[in-house]
Amino acid sequence: MSAHQHAEGHLPHEPEKATLEGRNKVLGFWIFLGAEVVLFGTLFATFIALRHRVEDGPDPAHLFELPMIFAATMILLTSSLMSVFAVQAMHRHNVKALIAWLYPTVLLGLSFLVLEIYEFTHYVHEGHRMNTSAFSSAFYTLVGFHGAHVAFGILWISLLIGQLYKKGLTVVTAPKVYVSMIYWHFIDVVWVFIFSVVYLMQKVG
Amino acid sequence: MKRILPLFAGFALLLSACGREDLSALNPQGPVAKQQFDLMVIAITIMSIVVVVVFSLSIYVLFRFRRRKGDKSIPKQVEGNHTLEIIWTVIPIVLLIILGIPTVQTVFSQAKDYSDDPNAIQVKVTSYLYWWEFEYPQYGIKTAQELVVPTDKKIMFELTAGDVKHSFWIPAIGGKIDTNPGMTNRYYLEFPKEGVYRGKCAELCGPSHALMDFKAKSVSPESFDKWVEAMKAPAVMPADPAIAEAFQAKCLSCHAVGDQGGSAGPNLTGIGSRQTIAGILYNSDVVADPQKEDKTTEENIKEWVKDTQKIKPGNLMPSASDLGLTQEELDGIAKYLAEYKLDY
Amino acid sequence: MATHATHAHAHAHAHAPVKRYSGILDWLTTVDHKKIGILYLFAGLFFFLVGGIEAILIRIQLISPMNDLIPADTFNELITMHGTTMIFFAAMPIIFGLMNAVVPLQIGARDVAFPFLNALGFWTFFFGGLLFNISWFIGTVPDMGWTSYVPLAGPDYNSGVGVDYYVLGLQISGIGSLLGGINFMATIINMRAPGMTFMRMPMFSWATFITSIMIVFAFPALTVGLVALMFDRLFQANFFDVNAGGNTVIWEHIFWLFGHPEVYILIIPGFGIISEVVSVFAKKRLFGYSSMIFSMVLIAFLGFMVWAHHMFTTGLGPVANALFSIATMLIAVPTGVKIFNWLLTLWGGSIRFTTPALFAIGFIPTFVMGGVTGVMLASAPADYQYHDSYFVVAHFHYVIVGGLLQGLFAGIHFWWPKMFGRMLNDTLGKWTFWTFYIGFHLTFFVQHFLGLLGMPRRVFTYLPHQGFDTMNLISTIGAILMGVGTVILVINMIQSWTKPKGVANDPWEDGRTLEWTISSPPPEYNFKQLPLVRAYDVWWKEKMDGNREVPPAEPVGPIHMPSPSILPFVMSVGLFVAGFGFMYKLHWLAIAGIGVTLVCMAVRSLFDDHGFHIDPEEEVHA
Repeated sequence: MSAHQHAEGHLPHEPEKATLEGRNKVLGFWIFLGAEVVLFGTLFATFIALRHRVEDGPDPAHLFELPMIFAATMILLTSSLMSVFAVQAMHRHNVKALIAWLYPTVLLGLSFLVLEIYEFTHYVHEGHRMNTSAFSSAFYTLVGFHGAHVAFGILWISLLIGQLYKKGLTVVTAPKVYVSMIYWHFIDVVWVFIFSVVYLMQKVG
Repeated sequence: MKRILPLFAGFALLLSACGREDLSALNPQGPVAKQQFDLMVIAITIMSIVVVVVFSLSIYVLFRFRRRKGDKSIPKQVEGNHTLEIIWTVIPIVLLIILGIPTVQTVFSQAKDYSDDPNAIQVKVTSYLYWWEFEYPQYGIKTAQELVVPTDKKIMFELTAGDVKHSFWIPAIGGKIDTNPGMTNRYYLEFPKEGVYRGKCAELCGPSHALMDFKAKSVSPESFDKWVEAMKAPAVMPADPAIAEAFQAKCLSCHAVGDQGGSAGPNLTGIGSRQTIAGILYNSDVVADPQKEDKTTEENIKEWVKDTQKIKPGNLMPSASDLGLTQEELDGIAKYLAEYKLDY
Repeated sequence: MATHATHAHAHAHAHAPVKRYSGILDWLTTVDHKKIGILYLFAGLFFFLVGGIEAILIRIQLISPMNDLIPADTFNELITMHGTTMIFFAAMPIIFGLMNAVVPLQIGARDVAFPFLNALGFWTFFFGGLLFNISWFIGTVPDMGWTSYVPLAGPDYNSGVGVDYYVLGLQISGIGSLLGGINFMATIINMRAPGMTFMRMPMFSWATFITSIMIVFAFPALTVGLVALMFDRLFQANFFDVNAGGNTVIWEHIFWLFGHPEVYILIIPGFGIISEVVSVFAKKRLFGYSSMIFSMVLIAFLGFMVWAHHMFTTGLGPVANALFSIATMLIAVPTGVKIFNWLLTLWGGSIRFTTPALFAIGFIPTFVMGGVTGVMLASAPADYQYHDSYFVVAHFHYVIVGGLLQGLFAGIHFWWPKMFGRMLNDTLGKWTFWTFYIGFHLTFFVQHFLGLLGMPRRVFTYLPHQGFDTMNLISTIGAILMGVGTVILVINMIQSWTKPKGVANDPWEDGRTLEWTISSPPPEYNFKQLPLVRAYDVWWKEKMDGNREVPPAEPVGPIHMPSPSILPFVMSVGLFVAGFGFMYKLHWLAIAGIGVTLVCMAVRSLFDDHGFHIDPEEEVHA
């Protein structure tokens, strides 16, 4: 590889795309998201195929408490909005603002996760467990996979906040931040589908 | 070239042995298998055209354009040829249409459901590890391992699996259909020629997948009616009360004869008339073409029950010692069962 | 190869002293695509030998009716291990090996887009394969077929850990495959040398690009299937338990949604290799370059639309069966286009029958035969007879062994001098070709008829007097002959290392593409100066114009290299350990293994790799 530029003083407008490594990372991550689309798509297809096999488990129409799920949705959407502002700050080269927007991104994500853990615990008490039925297995796997992605994202962005403090915004840290933000948006889009297909559709029957 | 030799050997084999009449897909004995065979012939004919063209081109090219010794010339570099691309795209499409149309027609005609047809015989097939159960709901009878059908009717099968996935295949009569647990498949076959046909399990189901053979016996309509009546008859128990008691206590918890017994294992009514014991031990006193290694029905039953795991590893029937059968009891039961024949 | 004495060159921005390893540690920490290619090639060849032994045992058991050499349950283990090992741990790694060794050179790049992930891809594949094959020694061996249908593979009917080895081994190595796919996609999109437009890219690189796209979209389906099976087996989930509302056919859909594209993932690199080899040894430009690319794209695309042709007998209904029949037949069209374009490339050429050329030429009619039986299989009602019989076994071995493997042998012989600086012996190569080729046809041609005569597949034995005996005997003899061919190949490889390195840049003399412009083997940084690409078949064009070199696209200068790292190896060990934890229900071990992997990811993120520089003017060439 030819000598790369170091960021000294001026940062280019889109610092995440200023180096070949940065461009590779962004492209590579989009490709990875393509794979994730297929992954979640398959999980959705499986869920849809099994969604009526409730067997002896509790009726999901009664089990799901839409107001809470709606609140969780709003929290996650707001978290995504915070990440949009973060990237805008990054493009203005404002590290302090960038970090400031990343904090609520993470905190709202964490709130979402806490709500989801509470929700699952409640379901388990109601008799809706992984091993209850085919529906329940598909439910926990699909929604659980999403939750695991949220958890991973929270850890990842937190680590990046730390790195921004230590290393500042450079052509090396910028791609990492950018890529994590794309990831975060993706998780949000998946959630919109989960909210529609798993929760809303089940209520409608 | 040397690869031609095995090809010729293969064709010779093909021509000499279209296979057994009771087993080969190349020797169809019923209309369903015949339609499928016809599709094979269409496919292989059009594909032979392709193969001949490609092979001749290849052979010509390899001889004509091989590099002569010392030749250092640079051949003309050709980018391509639009017309040729069109030709060798369009011609294959035409060939595929020739195959595609009868394919679609046959798919739909062979998917016809005769479950509500009063003229069809309904058979419920359930596959187990490692045996086949055949129930005739129209007559209230159940048999196992040997499917008996008349020559003059469509046989509508309703198939499911009792444990893992198996597949129901009688190659001489028609293609296979899978048996899936928790689901039902529907498939029809016709058996216009009298005879005994070999059935195979065609989905890996465990160690004895290879040994899960069954038979389909096609008989005249009169013979079929007699068989049904014979199957409906009340159970014939062993004459000797000691044997009868052993039979009742140790066999009828899982098996049934006539109106007595359980349904966990194969139905034994008329087992003395069947071609095989356990699907793979051929009864020399019953089959039309006994081989020298085949034993009598009575001997086969004894061999089977003595050590079921040896005959069919992994199967679920306990052996004689597990059942607490003494040699005497086993001899008596084997003789009784071998003599339990149906008159049809 | 560069000596390890090279240290960081004095540079305006001082870097820490370069860590360079030697010996085993070099191989464990390398992120160099050329070394990773060699690792993939040898690991793949090793597993190929394992799979080959399994195959020979299978064939020996089937040499005569009611043979009792191998008991029934062991036989089912052999077929499962053979199929899985050959597809995932032999064929795919050898493919990745050649992609790694060749593609960056062909597109004029110095490495792949993500060298670290490249190493991670290798080690996850390796430890996945290791985990899978360890089942022979510890625990129970998977025995449900490489397709792992449920409920046979479920907890009720397969309570040992065999299936878990399969699930976890494939899950871990699947990570590697996915990473490889992403890597080559990004590399080819972003890192082609100046002047190399897509339509000037060599065929093997195109094939790699298309294959990588397929990998990215196919493997996640397998991931989900394996997760569902794993959850059923380890956490009492009910995806496939019909008693709790589950559905066994869903497994088939998910598996084949991955499985069908997978077989095109296997063959398309083979197509790429054939295009390269045929062109070079006919001394002619590939006929119909854009058609060849378009047909590969079409095959890849259609490959995602035909999965249910593996399920014609499952009971999907006539509409599904009819649609999938038509879609499957359609794939024959672009495939046929390719065959004719290869033949027309040879037409009018000056054909030299070197070993790679023999394999490529052997590929063409053999693959046509396999493709033709594919069209036969596409007709659903006919498939009701063929399915799960030896006819299918014949078909897929014709396309995978007669097709892909011959392509891989062609590629291995062709690019061997580039990878190792030595030639493989051409006489031994020809012996390999003929024994393997004849053995192959003997083994598999008769199997078409066995299937039609009524012999199902995956049977550990067969009854006598059914007309199967002679053909099974012939098939077994052929298998042994293939074994002999393989042994000759191995001998050829070993003898090549007894010779000193020292082969020309362009040892076949008629090379057309960039890899033949640099030394054999290349320097660590591949190109002293990135080349300026003026045409398709870039090196051929320069040669025809009387030039001795490809013009450079940049001045000579220090070259930035990525640092080696032990993390990919450690991460893969972590996953390997976690695998054991999951299957033996040692949850702490599973968590510890995953934890190691996650910590390594964090370390990788926190400690940036600034790489090091090589100054090509100061370098001492080996």
